[in-house]
Amino acid sequence: MAIALIDYRAGNLTSVRKAFAALGADLVTPETPADLDTAEAIVVPGVGHFGATRALGTDWIEGILARVGEGRPLLGICLGMQWLFEGSEEAPDLPGLGLLSGRCYRLGDAGQSAVKVPHVGWNALELQRDASIVEGIPSGAQVYFTHSYVAPVTGDSVALTDHGERFSSIVQRGHVAGVQFHPEKSGEVGLQVLRNFLSLA
Amino acid sequence: MLSKRIIACLDVRDGQVVKGINFEGLRTAGDPAELARRYNVEGVDELVILDITATIERRRALADTIRAVARELFIPLAVGGGIRTEADAAAAVDAGADKVSLNTAALSNPALITTLAERYGSQAVVVAIDAKEENGRFAVYARSGQAAASREAVEWAREAESRGAGEILLTSIDRDGTKVGFDCALTSAVSRAVSIPVIASGGAGTLAHFVDVFTAGRADAALAASIFHYAETSVAALKQHLHQHGVPVRL
Repeated sequence: MAIALIDYRAGNLTSVRKAFAALGADLVTPETPADLDTAEAIVVPGVGHFGATRALGTDWIEGILARVGEGRPLLGICLGMQWLFEGSEEAPDLPGLGLLSGRCYRLGDAGQSAVKVPHVGWNALELQRDASIVEGIPSGAQVYFTHSYVAPVTGDSVALTDHGERFSSIVQRGHVAGVQFHPEKSGEVGLQVLRNFLSLA
Repeated sequence: MLSKRIIACLDVRDGQVVKGINFEGLRTAGDPAELARRYNVEGVDELVILDITATIERRRALADTIRAVARELFIPLAVGGGIRTEADAAAAVDAGADKVSLNTAALSNPALITTLAERYGSQAVVVAIDAKEENGRFAVYARSGQAAASREAVEWAREAESRGAGEILLTSIDRDGTKVGFDCALTSAVSRAVSIPVIASGGAGTLAHFVDVFTAGRADAALAASIFHYAETSVAALKQHLHQHGVPVRL
């Protein structure tokens, strides 16, 4: 199966490629939005600043939304998950994909907490409901995070994680899913999330 | 709750894992990929490959070693040793490193921290600080502990953070390989001064030492080499011990 891995220069994609390859999935990097036509699923990875998504202009947004509209599964990883929402306080002028409601914000902005930001390391998934993206994953399983901004808790939240406050660590709405952690760096639990995504395709 | 991380360090020279005491007197401890596999099965949270002679011999970290270790590993992998330029960092990242660790190069060219943070994100940039206690302060050393850098560890860690470092890997030269325990005073001083994670290194000898560095030392992660290489204790046994003593870990 051909899966499109969107490369918008937000971080290194070697690890994501390697993890999908270990599961037998063939990743291609589309050069233009037109190349998305043949993709059976789309993965938007990314680390760093929300502003990096500026490289994904209107043509990419329309291309991705068109494929999602045809029922192709979409997975956002880390910054890629935040991009599924309406936007982020990290780059307030820049719209996200808008597939999920809400805006992303900086950890610790709610006040009170004395935790370190960025949130780096292994932390637990608190499952909120059944969803295909977490098939076979027990509540409490730990995964690897590295980020400062988070997505809000909404009806699309599948798992929450606590770092001074609870935020959405896994979201799913139909065939659109997002993970705030790095499944390619989260051992067997992470690989299981990727397997679950592939089974949507 | 965020877990405290246990990081295994592979000090690599000529493709083999080696380990010394006080940065000298190296002996061989095995094949890097084989050790990486074992630690992964035991539940290690992260791996660091340090090409310990790279800076001195002006060689780049061995891409083949990185590839061999990264091939079947799905946990974070950091690489350090001999990373002096953006091109050196790119070679390590291309071979499969998730993070690069800068030490001597960051001291001589602090702008490199920012360059790499802008290219790969701060999460990919670790600044390694080797420090030694001198007259009540922590002096920073470069070139694998051989050259005094005229910097103080706490102040240098703050500057590294402001320049874009995502983590500090803090090694006590006094404790390296001695197994008498981590330098909790050094670790806690740096950890209080920065908001990025601090990885404590140097001196791990017993399970109790890890409890100390996570409590009194306020470390976010602890790194060890010889205690794991020679199977004196397993990562799994260490994590059970930490769990029993109230330290949050990934089991």
